[in-house]
Amino acid sequence: MDLLLRFLEISIGTIFINNFVLSKFLGLCPFIGVSKKLDSVLGMGLAVMFVMTLSSFVTFIIYKYVLEKFALEYLRIVTFILVIAALVQLVEIILKKIMPPLYDALGIYLPLITTNCAVLGVAELNINLGYNLFDSIVHGFMGGVSFLFAMFIMATIREKLEFSDIPKPFKGVPIAFITAGLMALAFFAADKNILSIFVQK
Amino acid sequence: MSNMIKQENSLLKEFTKGIIKENPSLIILLGLCPTLAVTTSIANGIGMGIAASAVLICSNIMISLLKNYIPEQVRIPAYIVVIASFVTIVEMLMKAYVPLLAKTLGIFVPLIVVNCIILGRAEAFANKKNVLESIMDALGMGLGFTLSLLLISMIREIFGYCWIDFRNYGVKEVLTLPVITKDSELIIELFGKKIEFYKGIFVLAMAPGAFFVIGLILAVINYFKSKFEDKEIL
Repeated sequence: MDLLLRFLEISIGTIFINNFVLSKFLGLCPFIGVSKKLDSVLGMGLAVMFVMTLSSFVTFIIYKYVLEKFALEYLRIVTFILVIAALVQLVEIILKKIMPPLYDALGIYLPLITTNCAVLGVAELNINLGYNLFDSIVHGFMGGVSFLFAMFIMATIREKLEFSDIPKPFKGVPIAFITAGLMALAFFAADKNILSIFVQK
Repeated sequence: MSNMIKQENSLLKEFTKGIIKENPSLIILLGLCPTLAVTTSIANGIGMGIAASAVLICSNIMISLLKNYIPEQVRIPAYIVVIASFVTIVEMLMKAYVPLLAKTLGIFVPLIVVNCIILGRAEAFANKKNVLESIMDALGMGLGFTLSLLLISMIREIFGYCWIDFRNYGVKEVLTLPVITKDSELIIELFGKKIEFYKGIFVLAMAPGAFFVIGLILAVINYFKSKFEDKEIL
């Protein structure tokens, strides 16, 4: 029961309140760069979800049982980025061998993930927030879900934006940012601190 | 003699191109995460800009020196290790000398590793050119990045809070604008009456404001780009 509550707490917190893209600003490059078409969004989002879950598991184990045990915490950044890069390569090779259809769908997005700040960000956040193994895995998975969620909304809006009459300087990336701002405003409403302002008044 | 002048000119060109023409965050749109996340105040923006520039300069020098020794096939992991080591050094220095700033920037200090500007310059520039050119390139790009952070954070902090907060560097008081202010309100005294002249737009300093501000800045840049495209000034 406790585990279920913790699961719900982290999932709702990560998807709606501290959305990785819209309130923590992690993974913005693919958010703006890839969100033009719905197909590519699904591919990228699933690939990120997969790698984030796996990497938060592996980095947590390595941090707790290798780095912390031998007092090597200062090697954190180097270790994490190397682990993530190796993991992405490994996932690519394994998928190519075992599940070719999935590899065809995710293939071109996998190499991009190494430099996605959301993946390194979730590993760092797990350590900073003092999460345990269960929390970290849930946080990694739900972080991926929140990324996919935000990308999905963005892509559906941008497909419609293609046909609307926008002032010329705003075409393309600027209007995408303004849209993201409006989305962030909507997600922002779920924040506890903001809600408390209205309650007090 | 003319050769030397030519060389100096090309060095100056490497330096200046990063500031406006190829500004990494506002024209090429690299390194967006720190650009939006840490620009809540001018102090944070400058701190992030300087930290990223320091890493950029060191890694450009290192990669330019090592370019003949790194095998072609493993160059990207090698670059990442070099960058990650410098980021670790910068993080330790920040924690020691500006602990409050390091705490505010939080995970965005380690995330300098995956800042596309640094890996991008290593891949596109430093592994082809000599050390001096790489240093100039890194200085220009770093300055361009810092200036764009400064622009965004200035808009967000001044219009959002009506103050300038340098407390993270050990300054005791926040600087308020030279009008009587109270709780982010600008009040003007006119004929002995106090008139509320401007109230801070808090949303600008929060997460959605970052998106609005950068969207508007990019629109202004697009406008000038399309205007000057025929005349070839920029």
